[in-house]
Amino acid sequence: MTADHHHLAASRGEIDRKLRSVLVDVLALDADRVAGFDADTGLFGHLPELDSMAVAGLLTEMEDRLGIVIDDDDVDGEMLETYGGLLAFAEAKAVSA
Amino acid sequence: MTPFELVDWPCLNPDGERREEMALAFDRGRAHRLLVLPAWFDEANKLRRQTVEVMRRLDLSGIDCFLPDLPGCNESEALLEEQTIEAWRAAASAAAGHFGASHVLTIRAGALLAPAGLAGWSYAPVAGAKVLRAMLRARTIASREAGRSERTEDLQTLARTEGIELAGWRLGAALFSQLEGTEPAKVLTTIRQDDLGGAGLWLRAEPDEDPAQADALAALLVMGITGA
Repeated sequence: MTADHHHLAASRGEIDRKLRSVLVDVLALDADRVAGFDADTGLFGHLPELDSMAVAGLLTEMEDRLGIVIDDDDVDGEMLETYGGLLAFAEAKAVSA
Repeated sequence: MTPFELVDWPCLNPDGERREEMALAFDRGRAHRLLVLPAWFDEANKLRRQTVEVMRRLDLSGIDCFLPDLPGCNESEALLEEQTIEAWRAAASAAAGHFGASHVLTIRAGALLAPAGLAGWSYAPVAGAKVLRAMLRARTIASREAGRSERTEDLQTLARTEGIELAGWRLGAALFSQLEGTEPAKVLTTIRQDDLGGAGLWLRAEPDEDPAQADALAALLVMGITGA
C-alpha cells in the first residue's frame, strides 16, 4: 500500500512537471511564471495567448508528452478553465491510459 | 551577408505539365547545394522566418540552399485544393533536379515528400495523420467557441469525399485521404527537437525566431554536408 502510494505520488509530480513544460512551450510563457501557477490559476479565457489554435496545439502536445489520447468529448470549459482542472484531467487520463 | 533571391523554377505535376513556382535561393554556384522542403500550413508560417535564418547560416558556411514553394502554398498561384501527395512529391523532385541539389533538409511534414535518391535530414518529422489531427482539433474547438458542435469523425468522413477547410486551409479529398496514411521518409537522418534544445517554434502562437536553435541546426547540417 505504501509502495503504491509512493509510486502514484511520484507519477503525479511527473505529470505536473510535464504539463507545466507544455504550457511554457506552447504559450511561450516564462518558465518562472508557469512555475507559479496554482490550482486556481485561470487558463482559457484568462491568458490571451490561449486561442483555439493554441488550445489545439496544447492538447496535441499533451498527448505526445503524457502518452494519452484526448477525445472530442473530453474537451470542455471546466477542463481548460484553470491549471488545477487541466492537471486533474491529465492525471485521470494518464491513469486510464 | 549574401542577400537571398526569389527565383522562378519550372515545377512539374505528375502528368508532366510545367508551371512556374517561386523559390527563395542563396545561390553562388557552389558544390554543396541543399534543397529545403518547408513545414506545411500553419506551421509553414510559424517556421518560415526560422527556416531562412538557418539558410543564412548555411550560406555563410559555403552551402547554397533553396526553399521552393510547393504548388498551392505560399506565393503559388495553383489551388491548394487540387494538390495531392504525388503532385507535391513530383514538385519536390523537380526542384531537386532544377537546382542540382546534393542534399535535402525536410522540416516537419516536409519529410513526407523527400525525393528518392537524395541524402539528407528530416527535422522534427511528423506523420500526415498527426498534421490532420491538430488541424481537425483546431476546427472543432473553434466551432465549439462559436456555439456549433462538430464531431471529428463526421468531419473526417466529409473530408474524405468532399475535402474540407481546416484552420483556413482548403484541403481536397485526395490530399486529406492520402495524408491519413502517409509516414515520413525513413531514409533521412532524423534531427529531433531535443538535439537543438528549447521548444519547437511551430508550437508558438505567433511566428518567431530563435538564434540558438538556428545555430545548432545549421552546425549539424554543415558537419554532415561538408564533413567539417
